[in-house]
Amino acid sequence: MIDEEMVDYRTVPTVCPYCGAGCGMLLEVCSGEVIGVLPMKGHPSSKGSLCAKGWSSPEFLKSSNRLAKAILREEGEEKEVSLESALGLVVENLNRVLEKYGPEAVGFISSARCTNEENYLLEKFARTFAKTNNIDHCARL
Amino acid sequence: MTNSIGEISRASLLLVVGSNTTENHTVISGKIIEAVRNGAELIIIDPRKIQLSQISSMHLRNKPGTDVALLCAMMKLIIDEKLHDENFIGERTEGFEELKASLGNCTSAWASEVSGIPVSEIEKAARLFAGAENASIIYCLGATEHVSGTDIVRTLANLSMLTGNVGKPSSGVNPLRGQNNVQGACDMGALPNSLPGYVNVSDDEGRKEFEDLWGIKIPESPGLTVPEMIEQALAGRMHFMFIMGENTVLSEPNSQKVIEALKNIEFLVVEDIMKTDTTDLADIAIPAACWAEKEGTFTSTERRVQHVGKAVEPPGDAKSDLEILVRLAGIAGAEGFDFKNSREVFSEITKVVPAYAGINYERIGTKGIQWPCSSPEHEGTVFLHEKKFTRGKGRFQPVKYRPPAEVPDNEFPYVLMTGRNAFQYHTGTMTRNSPSLEREAMYPYVEINPSDAQKESVKGGDMVTISTRRGQIRLRARVTDAVCEGQIFIPFHYREAPANILTSEELDPEVKIPELKVCAAKIKRGQSRGVRSCNNTFLNSF
Repeated sequence: MIDEEMVDYRTVPTVCPYCGAGCGMLLEVCSGEVIGVLPMKGHPSSKGSLCAKGWSSPEFLKSSNRLAKAILREEGEEKEVSLESALGLVVENLNRVLEKYGPEAVGFISSARCTNEENYLLEKFARTFAKTNNIDHCARL
Repeated sequence: MTNSIGEISRASLLLVVGSNTTENHTVISGKIIEAVRNGAELIIIDPRKIQLSQISSMHLRNKPGTDVALLCAMMKLIIDEKLHDENFIGERTEGFEELKASLGNCTSAWASEVSGIPVSEIEKAARLFAGAENASIIYCLGATEHVSGTDIVRTLANLSMLTGNVGKPSSGVNPLRGQNNVQGACDMGALPNSLPGYVNVSDDEGRKEFEDLWGIKIPESPGLTVPEMIEQALAGRMHFMFIMGENTVLSEPNSQKVIEALKNIEFLVVEDIMKTDTTDLADIAIPAACWAEKEGTFTSTERRVQHVGKAVEPPGDAKSDLEILVRLAGIAGAEGFDFKNSREVFSEITKVVPAYAGINYERIGTKGIQWPCSSPEHEGTVFLHEKKFTRGKGRFQPVKYRPPAEVPDNEFPYVLMTGRNAFQYHTGTMTRNSPSLEREAMYPYVEINPSDAQKESVKGGDMVTISTRRGQIRLRARVTDAVCEGQIFIPFHYREAPANILTSEELDPEVKIPELKVCAAKIKRGQSRGVRSCNNTFLNSF
């Protein structure tokens, strides 16, 4: 047994983020960082197996290409803005387009990479707030 | 999937159509190998040689886009030789006579002509399939990314019902979902024609239920699919777009057109975990948490609703898409988005999607629950259609073979297919930022058959230019008999040689899936002028 007093270590049960097989895995977390992956032996379908992608899945977490700030692009110039002001601009522009062109002129692309809850929310937002059924995702790819 | 992943190893026959299972669904491929070890017959229908070909009983390497012809001829032979399951057809199905009549001209000789597979092979496959105790069909995008994508799915369902292979263990029709939550995104109604739980938006009664629950009117005409939104944007009729977690520039066919379309949108919002070629085009790019940094549920290809645990905090200002959407709705003053966490959203989902009604986070645990699960007492469903089909009787839907939209000619003599490899994934947003995966498959390449390579004076490792009517890319040749003569294959992961510059946006007329598996291309050795040759110039080059 690992003595919790001695080591800041835990495992978090989750699902592989890659294909649709949905293999069970445990993320190994040490001092607030994911340091590794363990396959979930008791998982009903993957039964302790993972592929190369699953085994390597925490690697991209720390990538220098992560988007960590909201970016506003104006006249070809990029600048970092706060999340709050970014979301404010999104709403402002959505409202402006809805008023000027109507709900046919707005579109939402959801994601097969996101959770059920997130897909549900975006779909609900498109239909109830923007009043459009222009909502789709990459199921065809 | 009608059935479950765990059942695969106990099937007596597996028909794998258009799925490079070992590279793309590795763990599922393990179950297929287990089945073969247990004595199962394995029939593969795929133009490319795949790892499973080494252990298959038969590998039918048909011409791309001819699966429907092949399968229709198999069904005709099964009926002609009375190998079909009369009891199942009588009790569980309708429309058999129409199916039989529709197959009148689908002789093995005709299918052989169309597909390039010898008559004897077609007949042997048909007899093997019909004779199997438990025949399970596994298919993937190689089957469906065609203008006849819907037809092929109907044909597979017809074949399965014809032989009584639905509604029992280790059988059925089993699509392998390519992404962790395609199943869930569809279940949740992230589709232009359906509300959560596959309620058609044009169905007045179904829509009314949602209008009552959400307390607001919902538009009744179906919306636009992604390819249609891109068309509208190009025509200057799409003025605001919100993309959550998709690298549309690299994933959609005909990239140059996609870039033009996205640039044409007045205000483009892109939410992603990484900087991508699509966030580079956004007026606002919003940083999102990735799967390890948030809580929620994914639904796997076997309909298993599973819990995603939060392990660490997201970087910088990044937040989960859930938190972003709740805050966005708050600023907009939208009603019905007062959620504190994913658990509360899930609880609303269980009220609107009957297949999820009996599921909650406690029951999901670490093993998940397979929908449909109608009540807290219901244990979930391992395989579908046991006693009856959703509509009652299973209906045979006759289909007519249609050739691919763009076939080779003198100018573009090769058939180009696109797909994935084992170490990269989709547009590489995650894998190309994972050093141990990137190291294994760092460079873009095109697979060329040895005899074509000789014809084009190309050696393995040579730089070649591949062009189609839509554009050209430059990459290295990999000379291999994994592709047949007259065919080439390019993985679409690489932004420095994006395969989707080349692909055709011809769509299946019903579900609008693009024909990414067939277009006409030519090969030219060496670098041609005006073709980009290094990283990071992708967007600048248009």
